[in-house]
Amino acid sequence: MSEPVGLFAQQEANRRRSTWLVAGFILFFAWVGFGGDVAFYLLTADAPPGSYHHVVPAIGIVTTLVAAGICWYSWRFGAQRVLWSTGAREVTEPATPEERQLVNVVEEMAVASGQPKPRVWIVPDDDPNAFATGREAATASVAVTEGLLRTLSRDELQGVVAHEMAHVRNLDIRLMTLLAGIVGAIALMSDGMGRMIRGSRMGGRGLSTGSRGRSGGKGGNPLALVVLVLWLLTLVVAPIVSRILAMAVSRKREYLADATGAQFTRNPMALASALEKLAAAAAPTRAVTRGAAHLCIVDPSPGLLSDKQGFLADTLASHPPIRERIARLQAMAYGGTATPVEPAEPLPG
Amino acid sequence: MAALILLVVVVAIVLWMVGAYNRLISLKNQVANAWKQIDVQLKRRHDLIPNLVNTVKGAMNFERTTLEAVIAARNKAVNATGVQQTAKAEGELSQALGRLFALTEAYPDLKATGNVAQLQEELTSTENKIGFARQLYNDTATQYNTAQATFPTMLVAGIAKAAPVELWEIQEASERAVPNVDLSLGNPS
Repeated sequence: MSEPVGLFAQQEANRRRSTWLVAGFILFFAWVGFGGDVAFYLLTADAPPGSYHHVVPAIGIVTTLVAAGICWYSWRFGAQRVLWSTGAREVTEPATPEERQLVNVVEEMAVASGQPKPRVWIVPDDDPNAFATGREAATASVAVTEGLLRTLSRDELQGVVAHEMAHVRNLDIRLMTLLAGIVGAIALMSDGMGRMIRGSRMGGRGLSTGSRGRSGGKGGNPLALVVLVLWLLTLVVAPIVSRILAMAVSRKREYLADATGAQFTRNPMALASALEKLAAAAAPTRAVTRGAAHLCIVDPSPGLLSDKQGFLADTLASHPPIRERIARLQAMAYGGTATPVEPAEPLPG
Repeated sequence: MAALILLVVVVAIVLWMVGAYNRLISLKNQVANAWKQIDVQLKRRHDLIPNLVNTVKGAMNFERTTLEAVIAARNKAVNATGVQQTAKAEGELSQALGRLFALTEAYPDLKATGNVAQLQEELTSTENKIGFARQLYNDTATQYNTAQATFPTMLVAGIAKAAPVELWEIQEASERAVPNVDLSLGNPS
């Protein structure tokens, strides 16, 4: 049986994860905001009357609204932002034979996957790479670099596009595109907050000396300190955690998309040989920024970890080792698990 | 207490039946949709062929029989109805086209003109799409047939008016024949 039993489960899981991601992100921002409010409230609670008392949770309200805004923006414009950041141009009227072929191959894979045809984009970059983005299959986009079109044969291109269509069909693109927006936002926020805290330490002396004076006298408010420390800790850890999350989420999906893509083409060796060529072209894909790295078929800036296995590589690399992916595809080709065509009856003659 | 348990059991069974029924109906629609996909691609192929024949006619005048075979196979395929008959006619058309493409290899001038190369890419792609649409149809149809024939989904197959659908079988022996791939690396058997 060829149809993956888990297709609906896969889509459902991705929908659920997308919801969790958004909820977690908003909750995190709410914690950052309201946690700060609590800390300030506790710090200023026993300040002498007349001095500032932090009562209205203004920070919390603002950060929660900002988080909701970022999520809405990532949901609505995430795909456009990703495409824009790579400088991709859409192929509507294929002009050259290569473009014609790309559009044809995308249409073929749309037929094979039973999905509507996605929009086709070309990224002006010499390094071969490809990615898919969008919210759902009907509005999805598939982008390949110029280098990819030049490097791969028709069959290999088909394998790569099949891999991307697998991401589209499994709804990986929704989760990945949301992640791209959110990881970027957290990195930005962390930078900004860090600057603010450094700034307040130099400029806003009044508040801290005031509370220190009190704590020296009465033993202070330990709860306020605990909350404050926790709060600062989240700010430091958040960008790292969000990056690791993005990487972990994408790594698992690559194997699955390889397998599903091979199921579309019934030709796992084409994708395997395409991956060989992508691995051999070690030049970084400059058009793809860090925030969108997990969307690509191969790591756009392969580092020391990209060929290694083990805990560290498993945690920090955005893609599974390419050798392992090729080996699995080859196993499918020889083992016959990815060619679930029913065996032909004994040949006549 | 017993009544309560009975109620829970009945509700659970009804819920399961609704789920199984919906799954069958969804599969049925997917099969119909997959068949429509094949139809779209077949129509496209039928539309492309006269173009191709007209373009190559001048240069390949003395291959008249091949060209006529393609046109005849095309017209037969256009008028075919039903899974079996369509599959057979389209298979024959694929073979006729294959012969035509093999012959064009002998005319380098023909390949050099962009028009023919472009048409050939279009037809190759359409052939691929037909293949992939057929693959999707067969996969979906198999899933549908299996679902309505296996326990426990078969219990609601009657309510969902599910009936087994035909698969698109490969008709021609030459199409079915698996190409002889030699993996022994320099040790031909």
